[in-house]
Amino acid sequence: MALVDERVAHGHGHGEAHHHELGFWQKYVFSQDHKVIGIQYGFTALCFLLFGFTLMMMMRWSIAYPNQPIPLVGWLLKASGGIIAPELYNQLGAMHGTIMVFLGIVPLAVGAFGNYIVPLQIGAPDMAFPKLNMASYWSYFVGGVIMLSSFFAPGGAAQSGWTSYPPLSDIAPTGQTMWLFGMLFLIISSVLGSMNFLVTIIQLRAPGLTWMRLPFFVWAQFVTSFLLLLAFPALQAAAVLQMMDRLAGTSFFLPSGLVISGQQLQVAGGGSPLLWQHLFWFLAHPEVYVLILPAFGIIAEVIANNTRKPLWGYRSMVYAVSFLGFMSFIVWAHHMFMTGMGTVMSTFFQTTTMIISIPSVIVLTALIISLWGASIRYTVPMLFALAFLPMFAIGGLTGLPLGLAPSDIHLHDTLYVIGHFHYVVAPGTIFAMFAGIYYWFPKLTGRKMSTLLGQIHFWPSFLFMNGIFFPMLIQGLAGVQRRLYDGGASYSHAQPVLHWNAFMSGSAWLLGLSQIAFIINLFWSMKKGEKAGNNPWEATTLEWAATTSPPLAHGNFVEVPTVHRGPYDYSLPGASKDFVPQHQLQEA
Amino acid sequence: MEIPYNVEARPDTGLFNAKLGIWLFLASEVMLFGALFSSYVLLRTGAPAGTWHHGREFLNVPLATLNTIILIASSVTMVMSWASLKLNDFKKYRMYMGLTLLAGVGFLIVKGFEYAHKFEIGLFPKSNTFLAIYFTLTGLHGLHVIGGMIVNGYFLGPGSKMFKTEPERFTNRIEVAGLYWHFVDLVWIFLFPTLYLL
Amino acid sequence: MSTSDAESIRKQTRSYIVVFVTLMVMTVLTVAVSYFHMPVGLAILVALIIASFKGSLVAAVFMHLSHERKVIYWVLLVTVIFFIVLMAIPSISQWDQRMIR
Repeated sequence: MALVDERVAHGHGHGEAHHHELGFWQKYVFSQDHKVIGIQYGFTALCFLLFGFTLMMMMRWSIAYPNQPIPLVGWLLKASGGIIAPELYNQLGAMHGTIMVFLGIVPLAVGAFGNYIVPLQIGAPDMAFPKLNMASYWSYFVGGVIMLSSFFAPGGAAQSGWTSYPPLSDIAPTGQTMWLFGMLFLIISSVLGSMNFLVTIIQLRAPGLTWMRLPFFVWAQFVTSFLLLLAFPALQAAAVLQMMDRLAGTSFFLPSGLVISGQQLQVAGGGSPLLWQHLFWFLAHPEVYVLILPAFGIIAEVIANNTRKPLWGYRSMVYAVSFLGFMSFIVWAHHMFMTGMGTVMSTFFQTTTMIISIPSVIVLTALIISLWGASIRYTVPMLFALAFLPMFAIGGLTGLPLGLAPSDIHLHDTLYVIGHFHYVVAPGTIFAMFAGIYYWFPKLTGRKMSTLLGQIHFWPSFLFMNGIFFPMLIQGLAGVQRRLYDGGASYSHAQPVLHWNAFMSGSAWLLGLSQIAFIINLFWSMKKGEKAGNNPWEATTLEWAATTSPPLAHGNFVEVPTVHRGPYDYSLPGASKDFVPQHQLQEA
Repeated sequence: MEIPYNVEARPDTGLFNAKLGIWLFLASEVMLFGALFSSYVLLRTGAPAGTWHHGREFLNVPLATLNTIILIASSVTMVMSWASLKLNDFKKYRMYMGLTLLAGVGFLIVKGFEYAHKFEIGLFPKSNTFLAIYFTLTGLHGLHVIGGMIVNGYFLGPGSKMFKTEPERFTNRIEVAGLYWHFVDLVWIFLFPTLYLL
Repeated sequence: MSTSDAESIRKQTRSYIVVFVTLMVMTVLTVAVSYFHMPVGLAILVALIIASFKGSLVAAVFMHLSHERKVIYWVLLVTVIFFIVLMAIPSISQWDQRMIR
């Protein structure tokens, strides 16, 4: 103990008191302030989401009206006369998935919300390693630039799907190499970032903020960071191996005697394409939970705040997400039932997959029961949170048949799969992201976003999301394959459900239109929105309760708050107000 | 603004931030090398009988043994440099850190000779799957050695000024750099038998 | 720095030397054993046991893992579990796949 005491004594001796004003570049571009980095992440990620969505809107044209010149943006495709050729469709598909997952949602959910909110919610002055935090953002940025520039590579961008399965990806044009390089930067960014989050949450919690007093959002980010830290290296290894295959001529993923266009490939052979699938899904299944856990966290915050009630079953939710995180590492091969997997493994992975559905149901149930008997405030964030619940439920339940090998044999690689995971990610996670943006916007700017524009954004989005994804389930059950540039027009078994294609594409474009309300709202409210104090939602958690009005200075808290109670002390019996902030000692 | 527990340990965890950070980073590194080792095992066990090439056919065991000895020795000098700082002996720290760096250089030179010789006699990563995994694993490990040497070089040169102003913090930094360096050594301890001897 | 701390550091440095010598001996041993041309399974077993022993020594003594804080043990426990999963399952699944052929 003597050692520790001495360290404390030493530690206080040399506080660097550098309070000089930072220049523009250090303040806004190469900033080490977690709030600025959070905003940088958020802005970049939203741009990528919009871009990824645009790619999808182009794909939807080809699906609904194959081989017809695309209106409005057709001039971009001079060579093909405005027609989306199958090769281009493959690029759009691969990059839509990659951009949405790795450049859009993860950076938004973890990079933006995690960075901005977590230190505030735990009463910390910043992240544990501010310089590393900056490095993570810029690594992400470089990765994104590489991904985007791959569209201009000879042969175009990556076109082997977001999963980049070999052997196709091994022999694809240059765009695939750029995909791998971009991926390495994104992985480095995520690993550094998640390590930073874990240290921050473990080490920098304010006095009195014990583990069971953490807001659920912090718990969700904590588990998410573990997943990123331990799952991403597998893809890192896989990317290195594929890079060797492509650049050094090795054959890690190329089996012996591979014949391409009638020519036998001149490689040593002896590799295993399944190896890639194992390594890829070792990352990508936990990645699914990386997409959904921060969403759970945001929804929990919004629901507790707008029901004015403590979350129902907070502890069981915490245990559930921890268990969920753990289990997510041992379910990955349910993506591989169709690879000729043996019965032992298939039984194992079906079992673990059924088990992992339990904690998700626990979290969802707890959130739904939290609504029971509440006088709900139907604010815009709450609308998105309420929509999240049934949408995620559809996404989750449609996943069960895919986790069981017998039904997966029928459904594998059909649009049903696309419908399933988009229900989880689009009206699930992305709605949660919207809820978070509307909810925390006053923290960033000191102004509320417009409720009217929020409503105009929410209702059409809700409607058109379902307009896109529900028919996919129908088409998938009818056996229509995914990744078809003509949406199945050349298959006779697809004919009875083909008429849905135009309906779905129309929904997608209208969904795009409804986002205009959001974009206007975002910029308009920054300048003209209704002024909000430092706690407009009358919330209990530290980010609202213990800080001054925004914008917050570097360092966040004037004095470090001490926490005296759990995160959701709403409507305490006998209290004078219906909320008691975490740092408040006694009900005044 | 000062980040808490940068230098002193947080009472309930008993750790300063960077130490927890480096262990988390190493955990991720374990998974990275784990994935590569796993690939090695899968490719080797999956190869049809008699088609797998063994390290013995191509690789120079005496040189690799020498490299093992060099790297283990550098681990000892690294930990000694930290212990010297603990004893407030800056001169000894510089000596041990210098030796660590020198050992790193030695390791890379030997490795360079090995690589050069392979290329000379026409053995490349694409020659067969064993050589592919050999070059990938040792190459990645070599990059880790270089990374560690850059950090150690910084702490031997410009970074060591901190010892005058914040000795505690500097000692912590050396401990953290040491943890990384030992990990690189540890990876080699497994690479050596699996690639060269089996 | 108190004298007792200095004393414990000196004690530690002695253990570093002992470990160094042990590691050297083990290295020579594992190379020597590899020249015996044992059956492959046995050779792998012996080599991995020696490597694990050496690795544990490095981790326990040089990396001070023999007396570390609880948080780090937890982190490493989780990592080890997933490491084993990652090492075992792809190969087991390959073996399992062969069984059905």
